[in-house]
Amino acid sequence: MKLTNDDRRVLLKYMLMAREFDNAMLRLYRQGKAFGGVYSQLGNEATSVGSAYALDTKRDVLFPMHRNIGSHFVFGQDVDTLMINHLAREGSQMRGTDGTGHYADPEKRIYGNVSHLGAMIPVAAGFSMADQLRGITTVSMTYIGDGGSQVGEVHEALNFAAVRKLPLILIVENNQYAYSTPNSSEFACEKLSDRALGYGMAGVTIDGTDVELVAQTCSEAVERALRGDGPTIVECVTMRMRGHAEHDDFAYVPKELLEEWKLKDPVENYIKKIVAKKIMSASDIQALRDKTLSDMIASIDRTLEIPYPAAEEGFKNVFIEG
Amino acid sequence: MAVLTYLEAIADGIRHEMRADERVFMIGEDIGVYGGAFKLTKGFLDEFGSNRVIDAPISEAAIVGASIGAALNGMRPVAEMQFMDFVTNGFNQIVTVAGTTAYRWGIPVPMVVRGPSGGGVGANPFHSRNSENWFVHATGIKVVCPAFPDDAKGLMISAIRDNNPVVFYEHKGLYRKIKGEVPEGEHVVPFGKVRVVREGTDVSVICYGSAVHMALEAADMLEKSMSLSVEVVDIRTLVPFDEEGVLRSVRKTGRVVVVHEASLTGGFGGEIVARISDKAFTFLDAPVKRVAAFDSPTPFAPTLEKAVLPNADKVAEAIREVAAF
Repeated sequence: MKLTNDDRRVLLKYMLMAREFDNAMLRLYRQGKAFGGVYSQLGNEATSVGSAYALDTKRDVLFPMHRNIGSHFVFGQDVDTLMINHLAREGSQMRGTDGTGHYADPEKRIYGNVSHLGAMIPVAAGFSMADQLRGITTVSMTYIGDGGSQVGEVHEALNFAAVRKLPLILIVENNQYAYSTPNSSEFACEKLSDRALGYGMAGVTIDGTDVELVAQTCSEAVERALRGDGPTIVECVTMRMRGHAEHDDFAYVPKELLEEWKLKDPVENYIKKIVAKKIMSASDIQALRDKTLSDMIASIDRTLEIPYPAAEEGFKNVFIEG
Repeated sequence: MAVLTYLEAIADGIRHEMRADERVFMIGEDIGVYGGAFKLTKGFLDEFGSNRVIDAPISEAAIVGASIGAALNGMRPVAEMQFMDFVTNGFNQIVTVAGTTAYRWGIPVPMVVRGPSGGGVGANPFHSRNSENWFVHATGIKVVCPAFPDDAKGLMISAIRDNNPVVFYEHKGLYRKIKGEVPEGEHVVPFGKVRVVREGTDVSVICYGSAVHMALEAADMLEKSMSLSVEVVDIRTLVPFDEEGVLRSVRKTGRVVVVHEASLTGGFGGEIVARISDKAFTFLDAPVKRVAAFDSPTPFAPTLEKAVLPNADKVAEAIREVAAF
């Protein structure tokens, strides 16, 4: 993948959308208008946007996790749909049965997660397998964290994908903390991509705050998958800059660590790079950023006007009829 | 019509659907080259090839999860658990992902998870379990427990054609023991309809799976020994449950015994009794009795296993009690 300046402008746009989606949701949370968890992805924007950007949104399929809002935008999801789904309003693709990013939008080739970490990785593998059996190559991209990587189903799915040489890409977002538990209590290997050797697949660990590096690395993984050379683990090292969810004050994270990672802010650093390369001016970017946030807030305001789904929806569709 | 064993009938049902629909494929452990631990898929690899009869690693979560993913992408997988006991390792995929997908997404997951269950064959606690009711309580999953070869075939065809996840409990003790006439070719048995396998007027026995054969044996014994007329109702599918089919028999006899091989407490029998109590209380002439396994794992030694599992004698005793009330 050779990134052009047009690509860079698009990457920045999606990064800003991811960041301002967060800011808008945080605002909503503080106003007491959001219910359920608000899972910030502050610090994870480059991994979500860069990884999904490497895919062909018409050919491939995305199985995001709860902090991968940026990837939804790359796959063409519109803000209003995302908000209605998140806030479980009438018209939600989940009819109010579930919220946050748990929806599926088959037309946009997005299949959301369940709360059980890792449970969708075998499903993503099976989605690609179905096409492999029919002689078609569809790359499935899915995500897990430094904590979720310890779930047994992740291991089963990766081994299965490697054995069958499935075109699966697993983005391991190592954002240092699994809720309150640091890496040191989660795993003993040096890098989570080291596990790739044991599965017999490719694996690489990269700076997850560098959106272009993430896109380039994932693009190589896509090429590998298309060649029939099987799955790849891409560990993206970054930092979760907020709590597990907004109710969590993350006092367990040392302040110095947050200060250190603040210097590596994926969005701010990319803005600096774009300005330095004279791809966009600082003022144009600020204007884009302001508009992105106001669009998000306007979308939330529209969404809050929409009622919750009718109670009888709760009694429907436990099974597909016919 | 051909006379087939219960096992052959199940294989016949799957084979029929695989021939008719290219979207149907099988995945499991040792099902291809080896033909399955019970040889149920013998010959399948030769006929359908390795893209449709997939030998998977020992990874039940991956087998079920990949089946869900394939189902979301337009396929109709039939996943084998080598023993239904091992479904515990794929449990999360079935209940958390498959069983909630229709409700949350409105997207079909046409998937069958099937395999041998049940005791009485001298296996051990890990090759004998009757865990069908776990999935009844999980919601969003259809649960099928055939007792006869013709039903096994016809219900399997319905299971594969269903647009929902189906767990299909085969009883390994019936695999080669039970034979019967099975219609050739297309033979569909719809879900949610009881089968009255023996008409009677004195006592109704409501049962499924291996318990149907215990009930039939008990009914024969009691007809000969005390001219008792026992009706045996095989519910065939737990989800969907044919409540009206059960109530029809209850209203007719007014005396009921509910039997399953699974352990008593929290078993599906409790649900059946609750429905009868709610909807047919005034028709009852005696308390409803349950016959089920003792609340323990299924033990290994024949003496212990025989003692904890239900059998025709225990069913007959319960019927006598209910009849004499």
